[in-house]
Amino acid sequence: MNQPASAYFLVNRSDEPETHTLSVLVDNEPGVLARVIGLFSGRGYNIESLTVSETEHETHLSRITIVTMGAPMVIEQIKNQLARLVPVHKVVDLTTSGAAIERELAMVKVRGKGDQRVEALRLADAFRARVIDATTESFVFEITGKGDKIDQFVALMQPLGLVEVARTGVAALNRGPEGM
Amino acid sequence: MTREMTGAEMVIQALIDQGVEDIFGYPGGAILPIYDEIYQQDNIRHILVRHEQGAGHAAEGYARSTGKVGVALVTSGPGATNMVTALTDALLDSIPVVCLTGQVPTHLIGNDAFQECDTVGITRQCTKHNWLVRSVDDLPRILHEAFYVAKTGRPGPVVVDIPKDVQFATGTYVGPKNIQHKTYRPRVKAETASVKAAVELMSKARKPIFYTGGGVINSGPEASHLLRELVRLTGFPITSTLMGLGAYPASDKQWLGMLGMHGTYESNLAMHDCDVMVCIGARFDDRITGRLDAFAPNSQKIHVDIDPSSINKNVQVDIPIVGDVAYVLEDMIRLWRSSAAQPDKAAIAAWWQQIDKWRARKCLAYTPRRDAIMPQYAIQRLYEMTKGKDVFITTEVGQHQMWAAQFFGFEEPNRWMTSGGLGTMGYGLPSAVGVQVAHPDSLVIDIAGDASVMMTIQEMSTAVQHDLPIKIFILNNQYMGMVRQWQQLLHGNRLSHSYMEALPDFVKLADALGCHGILCDHPDKLDDAIAEMTEVKKPVLFDCRVVNLANCFPMIPSGRAHNDMLLPDEATDEEIESAIGEDGKIMV
Ligand SMILES: Cc1ncc(C[n+]2csc(CCOP(=O)(O)OP(=O)(O)O)c2C)c(N)n1
Repeated sequence: MNQPASAYFLVNRSDEPETHTLSVLVDNEPGVLARVIGLFSGRGYNIESLTVSETEHETHLSRITIVTMGAPMVIEQIKNQLARLVPVHKVVDLTTSGAAIERELAMVKVRGKGDQRVEALRLADAFRARVIDATTESFVFEITGKGDKIDQFVALMQPLGLVEVARTGVAALNRGPEGM
Repeated sequence: MTREMTGAEMVIQALIDQGVEDIFGYPGGAILPIYDEIYQQDNIRHILVRHEQGAGHAAEGYARSTGKVGVALVTSGPGATNMVTALTDALLDSIPVVCLTGQVPTHLIGNDAFQECDTVGITRQCTKHNWLVRSVDDLPRILHEAFYVAKTGRPGPVVVDIPKDVQFATGTYVGPKNIQHKTYRPRVKAETASVKAAVELMSKARKPIFYTGGGVINSGPEASHLLRELVRLTGFPITSTLMGLGAYPASDKQWLGMLGMHGTYESNLAMHDCDVMVCIGARFDDRITGRLDAFAPNSQKIHVDIDPSSINKNVQVDIPIVGDVAYVLEDMIRLWRSSAAQPDKAAIAAWWQQIDKWRARKCLAYTPRRDAIMPQYAIQRLYEMTKGKDVFITTEVGQHQMWAAQFFGFEEPNRWMTSGGLGTMGYGLPSAVGVQVAHPDSLVIDIAGDASVMMTIQEMSTAVQHDLPIKIFILNNQYMGMVRQWQQLLHGNRLSHSYMEALPDFVKLADALGCHGILCDHPDKLDDAIAEMTEVKKPVLFDCRVVNLANCFPMIPSGRAHNDMLLPDEATDEEIESAIGEDGKIMV
């Protein structure tokens, strides 16, 4: 059957979806996060990760880092839609503006005894995860790195008594001397 | 200017400083301090409406017909929620509106206080921006920013939510001159390189077309003026969206009529076959493009828009130009004049010949009746009998709206007020109220449907109270005609709940409301009845009884392409029944 093409079928375009990391500089005012999130939910865009914190206290600016996925035309839309929100100062696509550095922090709680406990510690060491809490039958590890490194670590902890994980989401900056 | 005053006084002072003369509103507990200030001054006229939605649409009509910002004032809770439809309407049609809402005092916010609602939360997605004012010190800045944001760049509605304690509190007022918005500075001047590229592409065109929209109107009268100049200079044909009617004169020979779902045959076919499309202040919305994969397949596209997010949203274009229409047109004209390259005259002439063939198809023709009023005929007569007068037209939503767009010719911008993006039934009557407030001596007509008019009919009382002689010209077909047409097209003519049972006697209703009522049910009496309507110095409800089952054509049934239109003389019952395939059915 011939698919009718209309505005309603944009998602069916053949363009391959891409993952992009966007850095958004906003006024830290009430409701600004709701505006950004409302934009994504209202227009059906994906949020893979979102982090936000005030980064420039004197000027009350916050930086929101969003990892999103979509066809190139949709990514372009997302950037333009973000840029037109009134409290948004700047939107930078770190994925297209050169190699960006991305980091995420996770806390990983593992419960176990005996060999499992030893194995967990050994793997943590290999991943440069730190022990930040310990009892006779548990550890909480702190691990920093790219998202896939954390995924991998969490997967390895699974059979060793993984209890729960808390992740911060992605923070990202451009390499080199220039700011956004 | 800085001065100590209460928050409520600041509101009035800010309105005065912003040049506001008229506001539309409805009082309630949380906004009373501002109403008390309104009572004690003469600078600003307050128009009391009968429902807050009416205040919103009236502000829209006021804004659209003047180019100024429309202002609405309502109370917290239900007052604010009643505004949501009007705000959404203004957002989709890019109409500058400042809506001030009362809010419960700050210490009660979040407590489910009486008439509390999360106004900024509810209106966040249906405004361009909104603010909750937490301290009287922020109030003057926010009020001036609100006007700035509403009218700058792509215009839109904004909400300022003012808790009652902030209205009572005293602080220092600051005038608009001392306020600069921190971030919001939309680009108005386009990059010269892109305008150059556009002009170059236009000069090579063999089958060009201008496709213009509401952005030309929003850009101001100068933009319409420049558009006319450019269109004449180039000799290209021009069509427009529903929202853009009037920017180019309908009587001109280069005008092809409206395009899109109920647009003319010639404009849609010219769009389909063009090689260069110059889109100015329009947004490739689904009513316009029809089937996207068959949309102007052999064309290169130029898109001028002040909002970068409108560009490449639905349709990928070749030359995007971000800027204010008037500025861009000015540059285009200058470059066109100084450019050596000129289009191939023979090619353009051949293009016009082709267009004239499409025109000869007379796509708007209908079979006249001697015993009953055809809705198209009613609009034609209304147009002919008001030609040359100082007329403003508003509409409701439905078939009558499309017939008005097809048969009423607009020569100037800001004369046509209609709900395009949201398609809000009930828009036209209160919008006419707003237009009449701004233009007290003009003839303001709402072309209405019998179903739509019932949605905001109570605003006739507003018109009576404020001596606003608006004319409500109801094309009464006893049906929600457009719904009935779609049920015929899509649902085997099963007319589920689209018949208007128990319509009121509009003449008696007019009488009860203190307006003038007219009923006309015969084509021979129509001219006299219209003359009566235009001469009466009161608000009028005109019950124009038209044939009940007329359909609105031409039509591009959803899911079809521009060159696949349903024309009136081909639209047999079978053709109508099968017009929309399985694929098209899910679309609206
Ligand atoms: C508020 C609202 N509710 C529902 C609709 C859906 N709708 C679109 S047109 C229409 C019928 C309009 O009937 P009428 O006003 O009589 O105009 P006609 O089509 O008969 O000219 C309806 C119900 C709408 N556009 N707006």
